[in-house]
Parts: sequence; structure tokens; C-alpha cells
Amino acid sequence: MKKRIQWRFILIGATLMLAAVFFLPNTPFFKEMPDWWTKNMPDKGITLGLDLQGGIHLVFEVEGEKAVEITTERMAQSLKDILSKKKLNTEITSKGLLITVAPSSMEIRKAIEDNYPVLTPVETGTNIVYKISDKEAKRIKDNAADQALETIRNRIDQFGVAEPTIHRQGTNEIVVQLPGIKDPKRAIEIIGKTAQLEFKLVDDVSPVAAEIPATAAPGEEDAVLKKFAEKIPSDDEILFEKKVNRETGVVRKIPILVKKQAALTGDLLKEAKVNIDSSRSGFPYVSISFNDAGAKLFDEVTAANVKKRLAIVLDNTIYSAPEIKERIGGGNAQISGSFSMEEAKDLAIVLKAGALPAPVKMLQNITVGPSLGTDSIEAGKMAGIIGTLLVVIFMIVYYRLSGVIADFALVLNIILLLGAMASLNATLTMPGIAGIILAIGMAVDSNVLMFERIRDELRAGKTPRAAVDSGYKKAFWTIFDSHVTTLITAAVLFQFGTGPIKGFAVTLSLGVAINLFTALVGTKTVFDLILSRRDVGKLSI
Amino acid sequence: MLELIKNTKIDFMGKKKIAFIFSGIISIIGIIAIIQIATGKANLGIDFAGGTAIQLKFEKPVVLHDVRKALEDGGLKDFDLQDLPTVNKILIRVKNTEQKLGQTSSEATGILSRKFSDNKYVVDSTTEIGPKVGGKLRADAAKAIGVAVLGILAYVAFRFKFNFGVGATIATFHDVLAVLSVFYLMGHEINLILVTALLTIAGYSLTDTVVVFDRIRENMKVRHKEPLESIMNASINEVLSRTIITSLTVLLTSVALFFFGGEVIHDFALAMIMGVVIGTYSSIFIASPTVLLWGRKKTFARRP
Repeated sequence: MKKRIQWRFILIGATLMLAAVFFLPNTPFFKEMPDWWTKNMPDKGITLGLDLQGGIHLVFEVEGEKAVEITTERMAQSLKDILSKKKLNTEITSKGLLITVAPSSMEIRKAIEDNYPVLTPVETGTNIVYKISDKEAKRIKDNAADQALETIRNRIDQFGVAEPTIHRQGTNEIVVQLPGIKDPKRAIEIIGKTAQLEFKLVDDVSPVAAEIPATAAPGEEDAVLKKFAEKIPSDDEILFEKKVNRETGVVRKIPILVKKQAALTGDLLKEAKVNIDSSRSGFPYVSISFNDAGAKLFDEVTAANVKKRLAIVLDNTIYSAPEIKERIGGGNAQISGSFSMEEAKDLAIVLKAGALPAPVKMLQNITVGPSLGTDSIEAGKMAGIIGTLLVVIFMIVYYRLSGVIADFALVLNIILLLGAMASLNATLTMPGIAGIILAIGMAVDSNVLMFERIRDELRAGKTPRAAVDSGYKKAFWTIFDSHVTTLITAAVLFQFGTGPIKGFAVTLSLGVAINLFTALVGTKTVFDLILSRRDVGKLSI
Repeated sequence: MLELIKNTKIDFMGKKKIAFIFSGIISIIGIIAIIQIATGKANLGIDFAGGTAIQLKFEKPVVLHDVRKALEDGGLKDFDLQDLPTVNKILIRVKNTEQKLGQTSSEATGILSRKFSDNKYVVDSTTEIGPKVGGKLRADAAKAIGVAVLGILAYVAFRFKFNFGVGATIATFHDVLAVLSVFYLMGHEINLILVTALLTIAGYSLTDTVVVFDRIRENMKVRHKEPLESIMNASINEVLSRTIITSLTVLLTSVALFFFGGEVIHDFALAMIMGVVIGTYSSIFIASPTVLLWGRKKTFARRP
């Protein structure tokens, strides 16, 4: 009997130590620790959420005008298809917000306006110029901002910043607040990437292709583009592949002539993840897989273009342009380029979260204080301490020595909970604190349940030891059931909830699990110790 | 032995009719509140409704508390404050009311000009902001609640009986609805902090109910010849002291938060206080009677 108590004490002591090690980074003592400690031991601790500590405040502007341009271009492309299917011969070009149809006829006009009633003619004659109606343009812009919001939220979720605040501001701005993160630059880059992924066939047959220089120094891109602007076929364009020399870090740009129209776009992606190329000394690459429609299209494109090169283009930069060696079925492909592990990871994140419907521009990047307000937090701390003290005192008054044991369990609970949160690098926010309050409430409740049971047993005339044992036994299933039901709710909230709700779920589920331990092992050990020391005639409860 | 409650023999189940009428009414108000929230007619906080953001740059550092007090004294309602300490700026977010963007901002700046005459400021920007909790987040939350209900129903049905699961779920919903309806009737703001409080209340209420159910199950095994109603009465009386003491301890914390926690936490604490009282009431007067009504007499609990 005694031996078992000893082991339980060791177990409690060990968990306490572990919790302390994890929580240490949150205390001022962490700075005093020797070097070997800070290097090898956990150094992250609990992050405080935006509402408690503030963070960075970023404002992005969604360039809605660009979204309208992109839509215009897409409409022009599909109009080409529609008209050529109807065997209506005409040239369609799009530039900025305008689509020019030359020459036009009543029949062509009818076909266009039937298919796209949102196009309004701004110039009519033998040539006709269309523009998207103002109402539709406004809708597209509005939609772009909404979509951008969702995409950015997805990216940040995958990047792993817990508890961000993201909302729209004005008609075309998006505010992102991230709690104290260490690498804001990387976060900004991830948010800012348009991530428009396209697969474009390389045009090697055009005579112009041979004239294009093999490489261009950074800064010379415009000169190259200008030089060939007149020469290249109307459905081609020049894009640059960025190559970084891994040893010297020198950047080269390789101009490549590609088809303007993408053979395949990133919206057909299903998954993107980072892999390591073991054959090429461990360079990371991003492997992507398409959805069913994408896989089918990829299969067709590769089948029709064996021996040709296919450029993988992200935000108008070519990542690589490998030759299609054979038809590729199954819908898997890879993007290899000269990037670091971190870059590859970020690329996978933005690809998975999808493209922004329009580019975004960062307008503001400032550090902000807590959204709850410094004053509120101080008041909250004070209230929390007072509340806990009241409970502690009440338990001692009502249950005497046993109340002290319950208070011991309470303290144990709080320390373990903080340690567990620190080990997960969880973010603590106001909802999280609510979760802790509930968990502590349940901890006290567990003790009350057991103590009331023990009192019942004592009233029935049992000896203290028998009363404690059967009291624990009887209370066990009650405690178990009430904890499991709470755990179910917490788990579901964690799975489906976002942001603040998730924070609540994390602290609550940790709290509940820890409480099972402290209530069933922690206090029982103390009781056993007291009861085993001497022949106790009366129990202070 | 200090005891608050001694052997009681209160006929709780006999009061179920009154309880059902009372709870029915507050639940209906709660449902109305939810409908009003969903259609945006309730007093929604900035988190849900969006509002106006005003960014001010002061000459000298300002204390957030003073700004909060000044704005409150000046009669501005429903606002959030955040400071950008490095640049002496503060960010005021005011909830959208019927007022126009310009009016809200001039009202806020007018108040501050009067109160901070020795610390000049310039208005950096005034913009319309969208809600932090958009449509998708709300849909996610609704999904989570649905799945959680099924989970609890399944677990309680497995450990006890199906009608106990129904009783636990209804009691939990009842408590959330009741607190929501009081907040709605009082015209208090429905914001993220209240949502958090409601979640906490749901967790508390569920625990409370399960504890009572557990005792009923235990007694059903020993006293299976008695009618369920009297077993329930006896069980509730037996756990009454535990129920009261637990409620008291949670109340202590909530009351401390209410009085010392500052304005922002005020509503959270208020909701918690109401939640504890209602949660205690529902585990006694709603959960068990619902089980009785739903399952009639054939119910016998499964062994653990």
C-alpha cells in the first residue's frame, strides 16, 4: 500500500516538473537560465492572443480593378471559343477592361450579347468594343474582396498562426491582425502572394523563340519585353524563369516564349504538399494533385503535347518548364524550382488555399496593443485572483482539512493546465480563459462530489478509510461521465470551430483531461497518505 | 461538519408543470432572440455587425482607460478600444447604428476633443469595417453545435438511456436559450464574449445534469420497484447539497469577475451568474422531468 502511494507521488511530482519546464519560457526566470537550457529545452511557451497582448495589424487593399480585368480576359477567351464553334469568323482581343471584336456583324453581336448580357457596347461600328457593365464590375470587385478574405483566412490557418482576426474594412480593404508572431515578414509574403497557378505550353516552334536571349540579368526584363513586343505572335507572351545559383546566390532570369492561354489553371488543384527529392541531394519540391476534372484535362494536355515543354507559372513567374516525356495520367505533377524548404512549404500553403481573385497591396503594417485593452486585462487578472481566493477559502471553511486537499488539487490543476498549454504552444485568449474557468469549476465540482459521498459514507457509520475508498469508487463514474460529455463538446468545437471558439475548446479539453488526473489520482494520493500514516479515528471533512 | 443542506425531502418532480410553463416561455423568447440575431435585428456587437473604425494619433501618450471613460461619459455606446502604443495612436471601433459613418466619427472625436484639450490629436483614418465573424464562421459554429448535440445524445444514450440523452440535451439548450433571452430582453449587446459565456454555461449545465442522472441511475438499480418519479425525487434530494455547493463556488468566481473584472468582462460575468443559477434550476426541474415525459415508466438504466 505504502509503496503504491510513493509511486503516485513520484508520478505527480514528475508531471509537475514537466509542466514547469514547458511553462518556464512564460516566466521572467527563463532569461536567467544557462545557455544549454535555453538551447535544448522548450522555448516557446504560451502565446497570448490578440485580445490579451496585441500583435501586428496589417491592412491589405484588394485591387478589384484587376479582378475585373481578369474576368474581362476570361470572357474574351470563352467568346473566342463560342464564336468559333458557331463558325463566326472574327478577331477578339482584350485589353484592360475592353474587349474589341473586329469585324462584327448583327449575328456576332447577338451571339455575344446572348451569352454575356453583362457586356455593354461602348463603341459600335464595323468594330465593336465591349466593356463589363458598371453594376457587374461592382459585383466582381465586391466578390473579389470577399473571396480574398476567405483565401487569406485559409492561408493563415494553414500557416499556423492561431487566433488571427481577419475582417473587411471599407469596400476593398482587408484587415489582418496576428498575435505576436516572430516572423511577420514571412506571414506578409504568404498573405500577399496572388498564387495564380497556370500551366502554359512553351512555344518553341515560332521563329521568334530562337531569337530570344538565353538569359537576362535582373532589371533587364523590361528591355527584353520591349524588344520583342512587336515580333511575338499575338497569342504568345514572354515570361521569365527565375533561377538562383545555390552557392553564389546569383539570380538569373530566363525569358521563355509561352502561349498566352493557360492549358490548365490552379483552381483545379486538389492537394499540394512538400516532398524531398532524394536523388538530387535533398532539394525540396512541391507535389500537386488535381481534382477529377483537372486530372482529365492534364491527361489530355500531356497526351497531345508529348516532347513539348510545359511551363509551370505562378504569378507570372515560371518556376520550371520541363519537357513532357510522356502522357501523364492520374493527375499528379510536381513543381521543382530552386527554392528552400521554407519557400517550398509556403508555396504549398498558398497553392492549397487557392489563388487570390486579384492581387493585394499592403497599405499598413503596425504593431497594436491588446484589443481587450490593457486596463481590462489588469482588471480581469485582479478579479481572477480574487475569485480563486474566494473559492479556496470557501473550500477550507466548508471542508476543513479536506478542503485544503481540494485546494491542493486546484493548484495542481492550474499548473498542469498551463504546462500542457505551453507544450502545445497554444494561444491564450479571453475565450481560452473562459475555458480555464469552466475547467477549474469542474475541478472543484469533482472534489465536492467526492467529499459529499465520503460524508454520506461517514454518516452511514463507516471508518474514515472505508468511507474514502467507497466514496471515491462511487463518485468515479459520475466524474467520468460528466467529464466525457464535456470532452465530446470540446472536441467537436475544436474540429469545427474557428478562431476564438477553437481557443475555448483547446483549454477546455486539456482542462478536463487534466482534471480527471488530479481528481482521481492527485487528491486520492493525499488522502491515502493521511490515512496510512496512523490509525485515523476522525476525518476532517 | 459544516453543512448547508441537511436531509431534504422536497417534491421536485411535482413542480414540473410550473417549471415547464416557465421554461417554455423563456425558451420561446430565446428562440425569438436567435431568429432576431440571425436576421440581424438584435443588438449585435461589432464582431457580428461591423461598424466604424477611427484611428487617432495623439501628441502625447494616452491611457486607454481614460479614453474609455471619456467616451462612456460622453454617451458613446458599443465601442472597442485598442492602442498602438509605439506611435501614440488609438483605434476606436464603434458599432454601426442608424447613424452615418461621419456622424459616429464626429461624435467620438467631439467627445475626445473636449476631454483631452491638452493632448491634441489628428484623425488618421475613418473607415467602415466588416464583421470579424463573417457568414462562414457562423455556419461553422452552427455545424459544430449540431454535431456536439449528436455526440452528447449518443454518449448519454449509450451510458444511460436514449431519453436521458434527450433530457440532457434539452436542459443544456434550455440554459443557453434562457441566458440569451435575458440578454436580448435587456437589450445587451450580443458579441463574441457572450458567445464564449454561453459555451461555458452549456458545459457547466451539462455536467450538472449528468451528475443528477448518475445518481438516478444508481438508485434505479437498488430501488427498481419504486416508480421512477420517486426515485428521481430522492436522487435530486441526495445530490442537492453537492449541487448547491458547486453552484456556490462557481458563483463566487463569477461574482468576483462581475465586480472587479472591469467593463469588458462585465457581461461575461453577468451571463455566467445567470447561467449558474439557471443551470442549477434546469438540472433539477427540467432535465429529469423531460426524461420522465419522454420515456414513461419502462425506463431502466443500463449498468455502467
